[in-house]
Amino acid sequence: MKITKRNLFFMAYLFLLMLPIYWMLNMSLKTNADILSSFSLFPNNITFANYIKIFTDSSWYSGYINSIIYVTMNMAISLVTALPAAYAFSRYNFLGDRQMFFWLLTNRMAPAAVFLLPFFQLYSTFGLIDTHIAVALAHCLFNVPLAVWILEGFMSGVPKEIDETAFIDGYKFPRFFLTIFIPQIRAGIGVTAFFCFMFSWVELLLARTLTTTNAKPIAATMTRTVSASGLDWGLLAAAGILTIVPGALVIWFVRNNLAKGFAMGRV
Amino acid sequence: MDKWKDNKAWFLVLPVFILVAFSAIIPLMTVVNYSLQDIFGPGQRVFVGLEWFEEVLADRRLHAALGKQLIFSGLVLLIEMPLGILIALTMPKKGWAASISLVLVALPLLIPWNVIGTIWIIFTRPDIGLFGAAINGLGIAFDHTASPIQAWITLMLMEVWHWTPLVVLLAYAGLRAIPEAYFQAAKIDGASTWATFWYIQLPKMRGVLTIAVLLRFMDSFLIYAEPFVLTGGGPGNTTTFLSIYLVKVAVGQFDLGPAAAFSLVYFFIILLFCWIFYQVLQNVGKGEKS
Repeated sequence: MKITKRNLFFMAYLFLLMLPIYWMLNMSLKTNADILSSFSLFPNNITFANYIKIFTDSSWYSGYINSIIYVTMNMAISLVTALPAAYAFSRYNFLGDRQMFFWLLTNRMAPAAVFLLPFFQLYSTFGLIDTHIAVALAHCLFNVPLAVWILEGFMSGVPKEIDETAFIDGYKFPRFFLTIFIPQIRAGIGVTAFFCFMFSWVELLLARTLTTTNAKPIAATMTRTVSASGLDWGLLAAAGILTIVPGALVIWFVRNNLAKGFAMGRV
Repeated sequence: MDKWKDNKAWFLVLPVFILVAFSAIIPLMTVVNYSLQDIFGPGQRVFVGLEWFEEVLADRRLHAALGKQLIFSGLVLLIEMPLGILIALTMPKKGWAASISLVLVALPLLIPWNVIGTIWIIFTRPDIGLFGAAINGLGIAFDHTASPIQAWITLMLMEVWHWTPLVVLLAYAGLRAIPEAYFQAAKIDGASTWATFWYIQLPKMRGVLTIAVLLRFMDSFLIYAEPFVLTGGGPGNTTTFLSIYLVKVAVGQFDLGPAAAFSLVYFFIILLFCWIFYQVLQNVGKGEKS
């Protein structure tokens, strides 16, 4: 890699970006006494006690498992339903298309606090409280509109001639969509998958309202680090470091889709 | 691009419509219901019409919170959008450097919001936090719990640190989706870097940037957990944003009616701004050749 002004700017940004995360990592390897007693750039006595606690205490690690289950469900539902819808919005004029498109996004605009109670009532009516699918469905409220919007943007970047040529060549819609169209918008699908994962992963209010024990998310478990004796900073930092890992894996898997972008010449 | 006219496209949209409407419509109706009633307890409620709305709209503390909220969201957009685009432009385009950069840039987005606030409490503490200690080391007395200006600066830094990556990722994906042929053509024409950006990259990113502006506006306007944890709305009321005030009304005063009316007003303000942004971003620069 050449050292240019461009690279230097980007490296400086990455450095600043990593500082708070480094500080979290630093805290996670210390005891509470060490964290609160003095300033140190590196942990003086490295301890893995915080991590061991998370990996051995089922009330902790089950939080991660629950979150991963409902986030994966949500990601799958959002992508599968949003792909055809985004195609419709990008290719067709139909009754109420613009209103519908904007209405979808309005579902992200409501302040959660007062909506939690009716949400709880709705999901208890269907007997879904404390199930993974309840959280996955509830998170569709903000992830499906986002997925439709992002995918529509990428699909509109693909020339319509590609569709027309394929249909003239005798492709049926499902086969055209899966084998020709989807590879064209790989970058868009990569970004969408990551964003669905991310927003569902960090959402706390709805997830906490709809669950009690069996599907309790990790973000809610983390609020337990507040106890009578104050906050368990080291444990919280270790849990914070571990919440980054699954998402980092997701973006690692979609990185090629992101970086490759537009692959012309399939048709 | 001319679109095909066909109402059968509704069948492609139907699954999404059902899925979203399931979670959206009944809770919204319920909140509208609350906002028109005075609720004393289970089964004891009186219809009060628009009384709560009148009360909410006349609330001076709400006006103050709204003012702060508008300044906050305005600053967020003004800082994060240009910065995010700039970073996306300088990011490595391929190879291992691109992969690692993508993963690292995305990291702040993946931390639950309440944890972000908590980590920043320590990070900015002058005695044991890297940021606080560094600022103090520069000879500036730093304590965001006492000074409103410093509380705002700290919140903005945290917000920019946390959310600029979202703009970067969207802009980066948008840039990667531009066919190579455009750049070759620009090269043959001898276009400068700036001209390439202004006439090719920026117009081609319109879609993703529209989403980025709307998302950043909505989410920063609804921001709750991070400032609540970091500053608790203080010092004084200087960082009491709309959602923090809303929760005070809803939980603190345990008054469902006014809180519901507040929520709806809040919702309509966001809706109005998003609609304006959407219309403007759809049409800006459409007259020029792209």
